[in-house]
Amino acid sequence: MVTFKHKHCLGIQDLSPAEITTVLQTAESFIEISTREVKKVPTLRGKTIINLFFEPSTRTRSSFELAAKRLSADIVNFNNQASSVIKGESFKDTILNLEAMNPDALIIRHPSSGAPHFATTFCRSHIINAGDGAHEHPTQALLDAFTIKQEKKNFQDLKVVIVGDILHSRVARSNIFLLRKMGSRVVCVGPPSLLPLEFRQFGVEIDFNFDRAIEGAEVIMMLRIQMERQEKNYFPSIREYRNLYSLTEKRFNRAKKNAIIMHPGPINRGVEISADLADSAKSVILKQVENGIAIRMAVLYLLLGGKEGEATD
Amino acid sequence: MRLLIKNGRVIDPSSGTDDTLDILLEKGKIVEVKARIENKEAKIIDASRLVVAPGFIDMHVHLRDPGQEEKETLATGSQAAAKGGFTSIACMPNTNPVNDNRGVTEYILSEAKKRAVVNVFPVAAITKGLRGEELTDMADLEEAGAVAFSDDGHPVGNSQTMRRALEYSKLLNTLIIDHCEDRSLSGEGVMNEGYYSYLFGLRGIPDSSEEIMVARDILLAQKAEARIHIAHLSVKGAVDLVKEAKKKKVKVTAEVTPHHLFLTDACLETYDTNLKVNPPLRSKEDTQALIQAIKEGVVDVFATDHAPHTADEKDVEFDIAPFGICGLETAVSLLLDKLVNKNVISLQRFIQMSSTTPALLLGLENKGKICPGADADLTILNLHKEIVVDVKAFKSKSRNNPFHGWKLRGAAVMTIVGGKIVSSS
Repeated sequence: MVTFKHKHCLGIQDLSPAEITTVLQTAESFIEISTREVKKVPTLRGKTIINLFFEPSTRTRSSFELAAKRLSADIVNFNNQASSVIKGESFKDTILNLEAMNPDALIIRHPSSGAPHFATTFCRSHIINAGDGAHEHPTQALLDAFTIKQEKKNFQDLKVVIVGDILHSRVARSNIFLLRKMGSRVVCVGPPSLLPLEFRQFGVEIDFNFDRAIEGAEVIMMLRIQMERQEKNYFPSIREYRNLYSLTEKRFNRAKKNAIIMHPGPINRGVEISADLADSAKSVILKQVENGIAIRMAVLYLLLGGKEGEATD
Repeated sequence: MRLLIKNGRVIDPSSGTDDTLDILLEKGKIVEVKARIENKEAKIIDASRLVVAPGFIDMHVHLRDPGQEEKETLATGSQAAAKGGFTSIACMPNTNPVNDNRGVTEYILSEAKKRAVVNVFPVAAITKGLRGEELTDMADLEEAGAVAFSDDGHPVGNSQTMRRALEYSKLLNTLIIDHCEDRSLSGEGVMNEGYYSYLFGLRGIPDSSEEIMVARDILLAQKAEARIHIAHLSVKGAVDLVKEAKKKKVKVTAEVTPHHLFLTDACLETYDTNLKVNPPLRSKEDTQALIQAIKEGVVDVFATDHAPHTADEKDVEFDIAPFGICGLETAVSLLLDKLVNKNVISLQRFIQMSSTTPALLLGLENKGKICPGADADLTILNLHKEIVVDVKAFKSKSRNNPFHGWKLRGAAVMTIVGGKIVSSS
């Protein structure tokens, strides 16, 4: 097994294919814990972790919280609504105050790209990026990769289509970086206003036509469309967006027979994906959520220095 | 008090001088320039192996005084200028209150007289409150001492307003300086739009935001037959527009900053807020076009856009940090190292862009030249001196400069203003 030599988990860009494989394999060994009667191992007993969310989130925050708890770490939640941020305390001061309580790791979700990177310049703790602006969301891409691997076994030459607001999506970026490192073929789909041609430099193909792009796809990854994009004229109306980019039964039939449907959530039913498809057997959306815990357990374990062999005791 | 500067290599682009000469300064003026001057009463400065240039003029500086003295003051800003080799600086009007009336212009001039160690020339606002609506009393402001007009940082969005300002400027033969940015395009952008903004997930400012306004200003200046000066040119497309306009004899001039020449958007990988500046650091291709523009004479002057901000203001997430680089103390060494010492441009061209041309653009008749009767403002350079940029040693009140730790060859070693040594190392 390749060792994982990082103090922080900031983005997929920093990881080698071997390290990505290490995370996936480590998660594999954790997946069973969540199905036990007693869902807890002592691996990170005595470690303190702070969930620091400057942006609303239920899924990612809960996932990290359960991951930490199932490894016996102590975890505290700090979210922006209840914080001193609104009292005018700076991000740096907030973090320095929390650091004074001697945590081992800070899990940071922040609307500004680079905020977790900024934190590493003055923090002692391990920093885990739980989503920064439109930059990266590494644990999401890792849990997506884990889910793809469960279903497809191999990343090499797998055709993955990512559909929606690519421009503003950290999920898209982290998935693009990861899938390209693992040798998959990635096609990005969306309206030109949300899909700059420069993304080709990340090694992906670009297609504005969903019907064409979906042909032969084995993985279809839908992104959440933010309603406020329409107000800024990125597209004329939700109606038109839905007509062009919604995953419908008819479109889905053009994909490969065994294709799977993914979505990082929360889904807009009937907008980017039809409700029936979201609930169908082709959808692995809830599987992604389930796998998220094992991936986050793996990341916490690899960063916080649990010794090898302890992983599944 | 007399100063006699001996054996320096005197370069004065205004007269084509490049020779080993002595210069005698007395009562704030240059009184004699010739091969060998003897004067027993004068204090002698040995300038052997040094270059003596007409005092450098930075026509784009933010001194933050009045109103934001926690960032910079007339005293600290002028000391930074002196240390950086500048004898004159033109300060932008986005102070608090805005320099849009005689009172503020007079405050700056009278306080500068008491507290500044270099010449301070106020640039007044084009519109009241920098709001882009009503023109300021430009004639009154000019009489009070304003050397140019600009709504810097708050580009004049309304084309009719800009047109009227350009027309009216002819009455005074003054210079309109525009920060060219179409705000509807730059929006909430924080860096150059392109591959790197997509890679770093930061909101982009497209090059067209600058190009559109440069094109508009050129067309309006052509129509009005007025002079327009483009502040901090940063993109290739805007360079091309200025080049074409100059061919058509439009009265357009342009400046470029060291940071737009020597840094690119790729540097933002670190999310270092000291690299956050407006216009943003652009692509490598843009920097190459700017350097070519300097060589071809498309760009006329160097300026720093010295924009001091406190450490606390910059020590935040990239999105919310203020724009600006504190540039007075690094400009000359950067330009000497990267352009002159690497033979990209001649020393004469460098001095012309740092002194001769800014003096002409601002109408400073007795500055930017070395001849009897001119003001005794001189910048003395050591082309071989090696320095390491250390922001902690800055005279400026602020430290927001991304060149910290850079090793550079070439520096201003003495700054003389009105016949007095105001900085020396």
